[in-house]
Amino acid sequence: MIWGRLVDMFRRRRLDADLDSQLAHHLDGLEADARAQGLSPDDARAAARRAMGGLTQAREAYRDQLTIPLVDTLWQDVRYALRAMRGNLTFTIVVVLTLALGIGANTAVFSVLNSVLLKPLSYPRPEELVKVRHIGPGATGSSFDGLNLSPSMYFTYAEHNRAFQSLGVWIATNGSVTGVAGPEPVRAIGVSDGVLQALNVAPAAGRWFLPDDQLGPPRPLPSLLRAYTKVILSYGFWQRHFGGDRSVIGRTIAMDGRLKEIVGVMPRGFKIADTDADYLFPIAFDRARITLAGGGFGYQSVARLRPGVTIAQANADVARMVPIWMSAWSNGAGANPQAYETWKITPALRPLRQEVVGSVTDMLWVVMATIGLVMLIACANVANLLLVRAEVRQRELAVRAALGAGRGRIVRSLLVESLLLGLVGGAVGIGLASAGVHALVAIGPTNLPRLGEISVDVRTLGFAAVLSLASSVLFGLIPALKYTGPQISAALGSIGRAASVSRDQHRARNALVVVQVAIALVLLVSAGLMIRTFESLRTVDPGFTDPEHLQVMRLFISATSEPDAEGASRLENAIQDKLSSVPGVSSAAFGSAMPLEGYGPNLGVVNSGPVVAEDRSDQDQRSSAPPQRLFKYVSPGFFRTAGTSLLAGRDITWTDIYGLRPVVLISENLAREFWGTPAAAVGRRVRQDSKMPWHEVIGVVQDVREDDLYQPAPRIVYWASMSAYIGIGSGPITIRGITYIIRSERPVTEAFLSQLQQAVWSVNSSLPVVPRTMRDVYDRSLARTSFTLVMLAIAASMALLLGIVGIYGVISYTVSQRRREIGIRAALGAQRGELQAMFVRHGLVLAGIGVVFGLGAAAGLTRLMSTLLYGITPLDPVTYVAVPLVLIAATVLASYLPARRAASVDPAEALRIE
Amino acid sequence: MPKEVLQGTLDLMVLRTLAAMGPQHGLGLAKRILQVSDGLLDLNQGTLYPALLRLEQRRWIKSRWGTSDNNRKAKFYELTARGRRQIREETESWELTVALMAKFLAKTAGER
Repeated sequence: MIWGRLVDMFRRRRLDADLDSQLAHHLDGLEADARAQGLSPDDARAAARRAMGGLTQAREAYRDQLTIPLVDTLWQDVRYALRAMRGNLTFTIVVVLTLALGIGANTAVFSVLNSVLLKPLSYPRPEELVKVRHIGPGATGSSFDGLNLSPSMYFTYAEHNRAFQSLGVWIATNGSVTGVAGPEPVRAIGVSDGVLQALNVAPAAGRWFLPDDQLGPPRPLPSLLRAYTKVILSYGFWQRHFGGDRSVIGRTIAMDGRLKEIVGVMPRGFKIADTDADYLFPIAFDRARITLAGGGFGYQSVARLRPGVTIAQANADVARMVPIWMSAWSNGAGANPQAYETWKITPALRPLRQEVVGSVTDMLWVVMATIGLVMLIACANVANLLLVRAEVRQRELAVRAALGAGRGRIVRSLLVESLLLGLVGGAVGIGLASAGVHALVAIGPTNLPRLGEISVDVRTLGFAAVLSLASSVLFGLIPALKYTGPQISAALGSIGRAASVSRDQHRARNALVVVQVAIALVLLVSAGLMIRTFESLRTVDPGFTDPEHLQVMRLFISATSEPDAEGASRLENAIQDKLSSVPGVSSAAFGSAMPLEGYGPNLGVVNSGPVVAEDRSDQDQRSSAPPQRLFKYVSPGFFRTAGTSLLAGRDITWTDIYGLRPVVLISENLAREFWGTPAAAVGRRVRQDSKMPWHEVIGVVQDVREDDLYQPAPRIVYWASMSAYIGIGSGPITIRGITYIIRSERPVTEAFLSQLQQAVWSVNSSLPVVPRTMRDVYDRSLARTSFTLVMLAIAASMALLLGIVGIYGVISYTVSQRRREIGIRAALGAQRGELQAMFVRHGLVLAGIGVVFGLGAAAGLTRLMSTLLYGITPLDPVTYVAVPLVLIAATVLASYLPARRAASVDPAEALRIE
Repeated sequence: MPKEVLQGTLDLMVLRTLAAMGPQHGLGLAKRILQVSDGLLDLNQGTLYPALLRLEQRRWIKSRWGTSDNNRKAKFYELTARGRRQIREETESWELTVALMAKFLAKTAGER
């Protein structure tokens, strides 16, 4: 029946007309009857009318049937509210804008949070995906986050596991594609069998790798891999180079100097654990060459759990396999079979999602919280505005009460008004949010995980709707509850409002301002802490100088272009000389990687390993698993070019390198650890293990930050770029993945960069080069911190502004309320200054209380952001003193402006008004 | 008669009348009910038409425009299948009520 009534609501007018016709018909009928009984036409009509009875009541009763009373009155409330909003347009606009800003900002941040943290990864059943890793609490000295897999572990785990449906390892490298314009650098990911099966996404074209694809002949030493002949292109690469032509499947493409067959194309946006690549290639290890630790523990691993298997169970499974691994492989004759037991290798599997987004989780939640606080302040402001308006509307509400509206009805209509304001504010806010999301993505760190997936989706819109409703209720409740029923005599009378009503609302408004100030203080403190963190980070000596004038170029000399180690070394040398001779270049050199480039020690670029000192007879020596140190490989002049100070001894020379002399340089902290001072380290000898001859320490360089500025500098051993003693197998090995650094005061123009490229190509034209400044690398490592800082600064500024507006509003209103009092005081001889001070004091009192509460809240809440801070504590005194001072100053300003108005009140006029 | 009782019984009366008469307009229904009740129930159109609307909303009757015997446009109401079901149900429930009340009323009469 309700349905019938609902439908009839819309047919109302027609049904009304229907009724009128029926009543007319009825009347005619009665009249006809009366005439039939012999009455005159006029009498008949009169009699008929009498018999019909009152028509108005009939119509009303009829109409009552046509509606659902609740909907009807709500609709009335809405129309009334719309009229009120239109009538007071300035007020409406201010409120809607305040809400739109708050809701828009919150929605924008939420959409980032949602896309990055809350949405599951875009693989099927993503909760089953894990990254297989370990921690090695006994492997001291390592500066990296856990232990990935070695090739030997991959074999053991793939064969013996019970917990996984599929498991594989992958590694990201650089490669080159020979295109029309010369060699183009590309990113590539090598995947073993099991990776693509675990991710379980269908290719966009062609197929994934098959096990058969992976069995090419073994590559030249020291590689552990077999050669590959097939590749899978990325969607973007496919579009850019082949225009999306499907017939490219089966064709060949020149990569790394060799032809490879294209077997498939990845789907659009496909990434492996948030690392993307231009192409995938299969990796398969030559089993005969695998040793226990050969290849390092640097291979990333992804696996899919069997349905129903938990991470704890998978951890237990891997723990079971670790001893199997240790006994199945060895490091060659004479090596201690139980070497790695001291490392206490413990499985520590992580859900893939945590692996992808873990590093930004804290930051995003902090930003969300701060912007939420800003929303609260905005609501407080709006509540204040509504309270002011409520006082103004006392008269109007009293009239409604007099006409029969109950208290409940009036409260409900006030709430409807607030809801409407909230909804309109929310609608505008959503519009602002889409712009806001674009802005966030633009200023955000470019290495934000899942950056490409950020969008405004249904859940975000839902959030915006819920936020609008919740804030409407929040700020609408206050004036609605304050409405204590009709004060008819006082309101309708000409004397103005009753004093008690006014005082109560005044208290509410003061309380709101105190809350605003407290929240603003918390936000300002957080922003202040981030500013101090940023400054601390910038004073950290990264180990190189003047990054603006340091160009960085990454190159890879493939074994195909230069198979001989000495040949490769001469090539590298030649490039270094050519680069040094470019006009404006003061020096050039190369090394395996620059600090902060993001090549962690587990990526096969920078290695790690144990180092023992010849004359240190302590536990390190006797144990077969000494602490891991960072290994880097350098050319002559590397330190000078980078600006890393040489503290003792000398740099390496090309004579040392071509002569394959066993020499190393070490970092300051390693020198101090072994021998106490840098000077004492020169001339001492170290080696990696007993298979390696002793290397002489020829120099000590200052400490260098490797991964990011937050971590302390690791202990580093710098080996020669060509050495007879790295890796397995015989003969000298030259490192081939290198970063050239070029120091020059010249401004970085297209011309300069192309000269650098030409310098490289004049030696070997098939090497792709992309120069960057070290400054970019440095800034990139700070990107997350600077993003947090910017967001907090924005939130804090909004909070400060809203707080100032709030205080201004309250003082301003107080001034207008107390005009008579001011007039009296002025008439009795009070000076301008006194009057102004009165109001400024009022503002300061409010702000003071807010500051006290705010400090308490800040002390408690800033603990939550301690992971984002560096060099300062969450209770940093400088910040906690500076911020209240700033707030007090702002308060004085905000109170002074309306206070000036007070002082200019004309006593005579003031005494005359009602 | 009290209003609440009237509304429920009125519905049934209207339905029964339509069942007996076939399709009819408001005036005709009012006259017929007056007649059947031996002049006791003189329905005000203020009661009748809202009741007809209610019955239509409940889908127990349906309406269409037609011409009455004196060639005027009138809205005719007739029963639906649901309406017929409703008559059966309500009649049963009424008879039960009447029978129950009769037992009680008979007893008290005996006491007097």
